[in-house]
Amino acid sequence: MSEHQRIDSPPATQAREAVRAGTSRRALLGAGAAGLAGVLLAPGIRLIEIAAAQGARAAGEPASSKVRWGMLIDTTRCASDCNQCVTACNTENGLSGGTSPTDSQWIRKVEIRHRDTGRTSSAPVMCQHCANPPCVDVCPTGASFKRADGIVLVDRHTCIGCRYCVMACPYKARSFVHEPLTAQKPDVPRGKGCVEGCTMCVQRVDRGLQPACADACPEQAILFGNLNDPDSAISRRIREIATTRIREDLRLDTGVRYHGI
Amino acid sequence: MQASIVTTAPAPHRFWLVAALGAALVALGLGAAHYMEVEGHVVTGMNNHVVWGLPHVFAIFLIVAASGVLNVASIGSVFGKAVYKARAPLSGLLCLAMLAGGLMVLMLDLGRPDRMIVAATHYNVTSVFAWNVLLYSGMAAIVAVYLWTLMERRMNRYSKKAGLAAFIWRLVLTTGTGSIFAFLVARQAYGSALLAPMFIVMSFAWGLAVFLLAQAAVYAWNGMTVPAHASRRMTRLLGVFVAATLYLVAAHHLTNLYFARQFDFERFVLVEGGLYPLLFWAGYVAVGSVLPLLLIYGGDAARPRNPVIASALVVVGAFCALYVFIIGGQAFPLELFPDATTRSTFLDGQVAPYAPSLPELLLGIGGVAAAFLITVIGVHVLDFLPHDASPESGATDDGG
Repeated sequence: MSEHQRIDSPPATQAREAVRAGTSRRALLGAGAAGLAGVLLAPGIRLIEIAAAQGARAAGEPASSKVRWGMLIDTTRCASDCNQCVTACNTENGLSGGTSPTDSQWIRKVEIRHRDTGRTSSAPVMCQHCANPPCVDVCPTGASFKRADGIVLVDRHTCIGCRYCVMACPYKARSFVHEPLTAQKPDVPRGKGCVEGCTMCVQRVDRGLQPACADACPEQAILFGNLNDPDSAISRRIREIATTRIREDLRLDTGVRYHGI
Repeated sequence: MQASIVTTAPAPHRFWLVAALGAALVALGLGAAHYMEVEGHVVTGMNNHVVWGLPHVFAIFLIVAASGVLNVASIGSVFGKAVYKARAPLSGLLCLAMLAGGLMVLMLDLGRPDRMIVAATHYNVTSVFAWNVLLYSGMAAIVAVYLWTLMERRMNRYSKKAGLAAFIWRLVLTTGTGSIFAFLVARQAYGSALLAPMFIVMSFAWGLAVFLLAQAAVYAWNGMTVPAHASRRMTRLLGVFVAATLYLVAAHHLTNLYFARQFDFERFVLVEGGLYPLLFWAGYVAVGSVLPLLLIYGGDAARPRNPVIASALVVVGAFCALYVFIIGGQAFPLELFPDATTRSTFLDGQVAPYAPSLPELLLGIGGVAAAFLITVIGVHVLDFLPHDASPESGATDDGG
């Protein structure tokens, strides 16, 4: 303790000093902990921030047409022997992962070999979340529908299992549940006799997360984001590089774009 | 003036025997549908690549033929042909019966047949399927009214108007059935405006073939034979319809052959697709079209069996044509990348497998049996036997 402190520091003042010193220590410890937590949690928080900025919504809040969710898939980074997006989709949505003709496959890796050039590429293909979806047009009960934010879904309560949407989809993106199901995921309703397909992991998107396939890709080849936001990473990337859509001639205005095919 | 008709009334037990046979087949079909509903469609040959299978072949045949069989009544009521007018009630009955049978198969093949009420209460105006729900129920209502005007003497004066309404409605209905496929934008096998008129002409041929078979059975049941002049005229009309169908099918394929992007599909369905080219050429073209035409125009037309054989062959050809059209059209791989070959765990770039299963077959037969049963009961309890005027009094009738 210094002379000055000794002279000018009555007991009350000394107590305040002690509190201040303690506060500083706690502040220091707190800042350190926050920094550590920041290092550990930043990616997740950052994703939530990004998603929130791009239109993720609170429970009870309806989807907004201000947002259009989309994906950009960079096939130049997609290895043909990698299946992690498919595995992640199956795990997230409770699919068996079976590949028999009657098994549901919401996403599959398609190996493409161009006839003229012999160039090969590998691309994950799922529901392309069209702005003008043929599946929605043909569905007799309106069970196939497009959310305001562009995600195309099937209402499991009104699907009668006619499979007309499967016939109409140009992307083979829909599956029909051929068998009774067990051990379903609570937030991914499915049902025997109904049609289903990629939901863009709507249960994750609505929580501010990105779809499981995008999350799982080790090469970050699947970029998810809001196509309506010109400043979003996906919009910026689409402006920068050449992208295409599968069966672009059909002019369905798909929400999924590809680079490198 | 009506000619006196001498019939040999069938013994009552024969009716019950035939009705029991029909009911048993309907029960088998219902049992098969129940089995499919409980176990899921995994017990059928259908899968995620061929989602419409044998039940749809049966259902679409029955619905298309239902609209076509009404032509007999239309030619009578709308165009005033006496030979056909005498057969209008039977034509209307067959239409209702086949419509019911076809819809039974279509509905029971749904993944969720228990949700019929959903289909009735949720209506998507852009869906061709939804349009067809209205068209089918409207058809049944209009034909029921038409039958009433035909069979209730006091209502006879309205029969021409009712017949005209039914004729227009049936054309719209078959347009709707063809449009189920015509509106499929991405599939190589479908997506052609030609399909609607093609289905209409197919319905003419297939409906008349079914009518001729049913007519022969009803006459035989009553110990009679179809009058030669009626048989001759209707059989020749069948020949015209069969030829017209063949023409439109040829036009459809020739159009595709002209488009480079359709070469692969045409090669598959006409040459390299295994069962599908076989069913197309041998089943539809040879057995279902050329042979009946030879029997009708080249054979001994006076032989009473020829119209029946020709009609049966046309029905066989219809099933072959629909099998190729519906199942072959799905088996051919959907083209995602037109300039590339593809492969995946989801059978991209590969011909999809399909082998019909017994439950599917039984469901389809159940639908036919339902139509049969309704017809048998209708013919038994009401007077649907054609009452022909004598050939002399029908001299103005040129046979359509």
